Amino acid sequence: MVKKRILPLTRVHEPMQVEVEVNDGQVTDAWVSGTLFRGFELMLENRDPRDTAIYAQRICGICSTAHAVAGALALEEAYNIQPTPNGSLIRNLIFGSDFIQNHLRQFYVLTLPDYARGPNTSPFRPLLKGDYKIPKNIEEKLYENYWKATEISAKAHQMLAIWGAKAPHQQTILPGGVTEKPTAEKINMFTALLREAEKFVVEKYIPDVYTIAEYYPEYYNIGKGYGNLMSYGLFPSGPGNDKHFKPGIVEKFSRKPSQLDPRKITEEVEHSWYKQDEAQHHPYEEETVPDMDKPQAYSWVKTPLYNNKPFEGGPIARMWINEKYQKGVSVNDRNIARALELKEIINFMYLWLEKLNLGQPTLNKHEPKPTAEGAGLTDSMRGQLGHWVKIKNGRTAHYQIITPSAWNYSPKDKNNRRGPVEEALIGTPVESLDSLIEVGRVIRCFDPCFSCSVHVIKGNRKLDKYLI
Amino acid sequence: MLSRREFLKLCMQTTAGMSLARLLRPEILKALDQGEITRSPVIWLELGSCTGESISLDNTLDPDLKRLFLEIIDLRYHWLFIQAQGELAIKTLFKTVEEDAGRFILVVEGSVVTRNDGMYNIVLDRNGQLIPGIQLLKEIAPQAKHVVAVGACAAFGGPGAAYPNPAKAVGVQDILNLKVINIPGCPSHTEWMVGTLAHLIMYGEPELNNYNCPTMFFGKTIHDLCHRRSDYDNGKFANYPGDEGCFYKIGCKGPVTYADCPTRQWNNHINWPVKAGIPCIGCANPHFPDGMMPYFEHLPDIYLPGGKTRIEKIGATLGGITALGISSHMIGSILTGRMGKNQIKGTQLREPNPGEKAPVQEKILDNLEKTEKTSQELVLSKLDEILRYQHNLNIKLMKKPSFLKKLKFWVKKKDEK
Ligand code: SF4
Repeated sequence: MVKKRILPLTRVHEPMQVEVEVNDGQVTDAWVSGTLFRGFELMLENRDPRDTAIYAQRICGICSTAHAVAGALALEEAYNIQPTPNGSLIRNLIFGSDFIQNHLRQFYVLTLPDYARGPNTSPFRPLLKGDYKIPKNIEEKLYENYWKATEISAKAHQMLAIWGAKAPHQQTILPGGVTEKPTAEKINMFTALLREAEKFVVEKYIPDVYTIAEYYPEYYNIGKGYGNLMSYGLFPSGPGNDKHFKPGIVEKFSRKPSQLDPRKITEEVEHSWYKQDEAQHHPYEEETVPDMDKPQAYSWVKTPLYNNKPFEGGPIARMWINEKYQKGVSVNDRNIARALELKEIINFMYLWLEKLNLGQPTLNKHEPKPTAEGAGLTDSMRGQLGHWVKIKNGRTAHYQIITPSAWNYSPKDKNNRRGPVEEALIGTPVESLDSLIEVGRVIRCFDPCFSCSVHVIKGNRKLDKYLI
Repeated sequence: MLSRREFLKLCMQTTAGMSLARLLRPEILKALDQGEITRSPVIWLELGSCTGESISLDNTLDPDLKRLFLEIIDLRYHWLFIQAQGELAIKTLFKTVEEDAGRFILVVEGSVVTRNDGMYNIVLDRNGQLIPGIQLLKEIAPQAKHVVAVGACAAFGGPGAAYPNPAKAVGVQDILNLKVINIPGCPSHTEWMVGTLAHLIMYGEPELNNYNCPTMFFGKTIHDLCHRRSDYDNGKFANYPGDEGCFYKIGCKGPVTYADCPTRQWNNHINWPVKAGIPCIGCANPHFPDGMMPYFEHLPDIYLPGGKTRIEKIGATLGGITALGISSHMIGSILTGRMGKNQIKGTQLREPNPGEKAPVQEKILDNLEKTEKTSQELVLSKLDEILRYQHNLNIKLMKKPSFLKKLKFWVKKKDEK
């Protein structure tokens, strides 16, 4: 038995460490940890609530829009307002554009180098030891698409900026809608870029994902995990709570998704570097304090549970719950579901563009309330994202965020049950202990982002000195 | 090779549909071709960051990422892009530091986490030893030819160091005893980064302002370049984001933020916040985010010992300046200018250059007194000008009670008239 640590695990967003126990060339246990702590929730306290949707984006540069949307939803619930129809559509268009860049970058920049070798220069060299099975000429084609994908991703951010002012960290999403207004010119420009992205997704991205799966069929059996899938739903489809991707829960690969009840979400910190407290807490109540001396802890990420069980999120969960892809859950399936989902999203985007109503307002003007509370739940690119806010005296009194990466990359819970990614790693065959390229493949199919290990809340002596 | 002067002209030229990088590329390639410059090794260190700058760099078009990576820079270490992971990645990093000492450019993204000796931000495992970001930074920076801090966090602490700064994060220049070139912004604009890198490769260090930001991008305020400026001058103000008119009254931080967003715009000249109906939040200002909040009000929150205080309260203690009817924003800016250095947590400012231009403020005021116009808007705009001078030079305006007295007296006189 050997234990090996990879730090840094590269081609993920922000630092990440993974430790695996290998027996007879197979992973038999795993510990996944976030190694950066910033404490964003604490920073979000005491702010003017109107700032939080824009400010919370700084948690993550790759899925910034997701935080703006969740933050705005939370405030809308708190203020009891609805975005205008135009506002909701434009928000979807902004968010959708961010999905395009995210999914393309996830596959080409982060994932592809695990399977196909790039040009003979940095940053593609030195090369990890591994089983590169794709013939040279096909590798070259894949890397042509790699470069094209970086261009299309940049253009997807142009699409985003048409409505969102800039990207990353757009600036127009506010509670009540968005500040940018639709014009024929903007719609045309957007549509042209969307067509170009669609063409690339259909002609290159989806086939490329299948190419990888074809040369690496064993990855249909690697990285299965618990088969517990979860989604908060994605893209509001009108007034009320209807969404284009409906929310839901799937247990143990079941083909019949069930209803999601957000009240069953809890979090614990048994193996996280935070001060312990006996009970599990609902995000409205939770208070945690960093503590790096805790012996059993190994991560900044907490352990969110639903109905006391670990759940994974992301494209595979959304596609499965919406019964659009139920072939299996594995490394290949996750990558395929992500690509197919992008095509679905692009189809929705055409629909939203058509529904835009020139001359109608995009922002529901409102007065902020001094005391309120609200939750904003939406899926982001890589899974389920929740913001919970309490407002007192016109200021944020409490802010809690549970990120998708907390769900996917959570450390073990109280009963020593592994987090979803840790579980998915079990059984992964390992050829070279130096390179551990196979471990990287399993982790990257979840689209990791560790800027998200954001948790910390006040309430303890240790932090008193900061809370002057 | 293009002369430095011509280069600067290119950098500041912002033609619609023409990215800076596209303008630069042929020149860089020519210089590379003729052996005047070489593909520079680059180490990109990510510390307490959201990866925003990496993604922003990704957004480069013309040259696209391919040309940037294969022709212009030699990206040896960058978490997002290198194929290697774990030990192999670390080996490459230290090999570059050793073999290319004095040649490589070190780009730092994200704030430096100092809590628990930096252990709240572990970046690598060297032979079983966990190395925090701050240690790695201190170890390799002295070997670099240039150190560039990209983004608000690396430059000044930024969002990573916002109050109450739980990770005790600071900017790169607070840690190193070296010259650090700051490219602020949240995130930094692609062209600010690519343009600065190109300048470093071709001519070395660019001209910098007091905060060590390249003046070719951070030489004028947003307010000076803003296309709603005529609304400001004509007193046409918006009351809600998304409305027509200047956003001054709903908290626009354009007057105190040095950056060329209005002309350069974002994502290849597509848009920028004020154009899209939202006030500037001052993300390129060294005080971002604490000194820029609330975003939609003039009055920033001040972090005094004893908790957060709204500026109106402080105003009262300052001889009731508010009563003078000066826009509260002015007071806000004056206060931030004065107090920012010590009171705004996290975002540590450096000592300003000796205030060479202090008398300028007085001169503006004098001119103001001579002018016949009495409109409140004119007064406001002039005062604003003063403040912007003050902000730029970081002069402690309020240290001069005479100035305040004069101001108070003068406005009162005008009012009486
Ligand atoms: S205050 Fe803001 S919106 Fe108004 S002119 Fe200045 S930069 Fe433009």
